Amino acid sequence: MAPVATPFFFYLLGGIMLLGGILVITRRNPVHSALALIVTLLAQASIYLMLYAPFVAGVQIILYAGGIMVLFLFVIMLVSIDRAGKERQLNSQWIVGTIAAIALGGLFIAVYAKGSGIFPEHALPMVENDNTQNIANMLYGQYMFAFEIASLLLLVAIIGAVVMAKKKI
Amino acid sequence: MGSMLHITTLHYLVLGAGLFLLGVIGVLTRRNVVIVLMSIELILNAVNLNLVAFSRMWGGLHGQVFTIFVITDAAAEAAVGLGILIAFFRNKETVNLDDVNLLKW
Repeated sequence: MAPVATPFFFYLLGGIMLLGGILVITRRNPVHSALALIVTLLAQASIYLMLYAPFVAGVQIILYAGGIMVLFLFVIMLVSIDRAGKERQLNSQWIVGTIAAIALGGLFIAVYAKGSGIFPEHALPMVENDNTQNIANMLYGQYMFAFEIASLLLLVAIIGAVVMAKKKI
Repeated sequence: MGSMLHITTLHYLVLGAGLFLLGVIGVLTRRNVVIVLMSIELILNAVNLNLVAFSRMWGGLHGQVFTIFVITDAAAEAAVGLGILIAFFRNKETVNLDDVNLLKW
């Protein structure tokens, strides 16, 4: 089935995404930043759907917007943000940092302008209905070792987070 | 005006680059540790967008599997980073990055 009005939704969702990103880095209150980041993540999940990646979109919503952002909001509640909101928000090297980021952006533009010809005009057709099944087959087949390493990484992260947040070890 | 009406891989890459730059600016300029950690999430999401776009371009699923691993990594990073933040706040009573200077010359 051919997608409907794809360019319109691409620009709409991309605009929402970038607007959310701008709000994340400019808000004084971290709670507002976290809410803007949730908007960005949801818009990005919709863009994953446009790219025929429904499983990644679901993982993005459940894990990122649901799990990680709740963690962020909990920590914002634990640390007091009243004083940080009244302080200066930008560090002393913010001019240099912005210039460096803009230079990096110029590099991106140069590379993409020079190499835009190598991207094919039409994407390859993808099977839409068994995306999740194929990802599961690859995860538990070809990428089994990486999968195990990822589980070990999560275990280490859990232990590390508990140890870090403990009052007395 | 074929490029405006037809979304190619390059469109997604430019969008990812924009998100990446926003994250870089946030990391380099903000003083609040929580917002710096959120900017790192923005950077990781830009990478994910590129991976999924390339996966679409080549018609394979390797990019999407890699995206799952990056999301796992982001979860671990957020958990440990926020744990460190809580320990730091308990010791210094602030979330200001300029006060994390014990190892500074």
